[in-house]
Amino acid sequence: MLAFNFFGAAEGGLFDINATLPLMAIQIVALTYILNSLFFKPVGNVVEKREKFVSNNIIEAKNKLSEVEKLEADLLTQLQSARTEAQRIVSEAEDESDKLYKEALELANNEANASKEKARLEIESQTSAARDQLSKQADDLSELIVNRLILEK
Amino acid sequence: MFFNSLLTNFASLEVGQHLYWQIGNIRLHGQVFLTSWILLGALLVFISLGTKKMENDPKGLQNLLEFLWDYIRDLARTQIGEKVYRDWMPFIGTLFLFVFVSNWGGALIPWRLIKLPSGELGAPTADINTTIALALLVSLSYFYAGLSNKGWRYFEYYVHPTPIMLPFKILEDFTKPLSLSFRLFGNILADELVVGVLVFLVPLILPIPVMFLGLFTSAIQALIFATLAAYYIGEAVEEHH
Repeated sequence: MLAFNFFGAAEGGLFDINATLPLMAIQIVALTYILNSLFFKPVGNVVEKREKFVSNNIIEAKNKLSEVEKLEADLLTQLQSARTEAQRIVSEAEDESDKLYKEALELANNEANASKEKARLEIESQTSAARDQLSKQADDLSELIVNRLILEK
Repeated sequence: MFFNSLLTNFASLEVGQHLYWQIGNIRLHGQVFLTSWILLGALLVFISLGTKKMENDPKGLQNLLEFLWDYIRDLARTQIGEKVYRDWMPFIGTLFLFVFVSNWGGALIPWRLIKLPSGELGAPTADINTTIALALLVSLSYFYAGLSNKGWRYFEYYVHPTPIMLPFKILEDFTKPLSLSFRLFGNILADELVVGVLVFLVPLILPIPVMFLGLFTSAIQALIFATLAAYYIGEAVEEHH
């Protein structure tokens, strides 16, 4: 009885194949078209548009990044050259100031020496003049003393 | 006798009973169409709600639909290949959605509460007509895919890599739809029967794990059906070197 029910016979049964089959096939084909226009196309458009947008943005960002890296390297070399230039200028200025200092020192030394010499000479001449005067005054005094002594006698 | 009462119990599950619709000369299984219309209607409502206002920043239902779309695309792309998967994605996706919605709808909705004059409502995929229709559509599509992509060179596939393969490849054209349809039919019907018998014998708690197993099987069967269909199409359009 069970077998009879299962593998059905005149009416019904599990393997009762009839017009349901082709109609179901038509229904599924129709469903494919409906779902294509209702689901697969619109969702696909949105998703693919977004994927394109994202990949474009990534490419753009990569380009910008490489540009930034190039600019950075450029700036770095510029900075390097500016630094060496600055160093050169500083050392040049140092040399210059050193030279000027030395020149000024020499000049001042010379001047000092000259004025020292002049002062020495002056002192010497004044000393000799004073000495002359002193000796003359001593002469005068001695003469005076002599005269006075002579006169008193 | 216990065995006899079991038999009558089985009989009360109404296995192999159908609600017949007679239109002119043709006879239809009404319960299959009723459930499929309800489930597909729900699916279409769900999809139209989700795609009504598409935005670039997906929200809510659109997110779910995009995930689904992505899932189907990955399935089609891995099986069919980068070149032609786009043409077949709607078909593969429809197979997946139809089988999935039918299986889950059959398992989740308490159809038994709705009394029919004959037969009972259930998963449309538990009817052999539905699964054979699906399997034959898959057969037609892989033939069409092969012929439209490679022309007569499609038949090189039958003697590839050696002509010895010819009878086996021809046999495959018959076994493919047969295995596709019977696998789906058998799994879903068996699940319905197991749940039905268990509910009949032990109405409390015990059927619940089996119901969960049934949901798992249903989802896996949808995935297997769609994957195999995509694989057959991919096999037909594949270029041999």
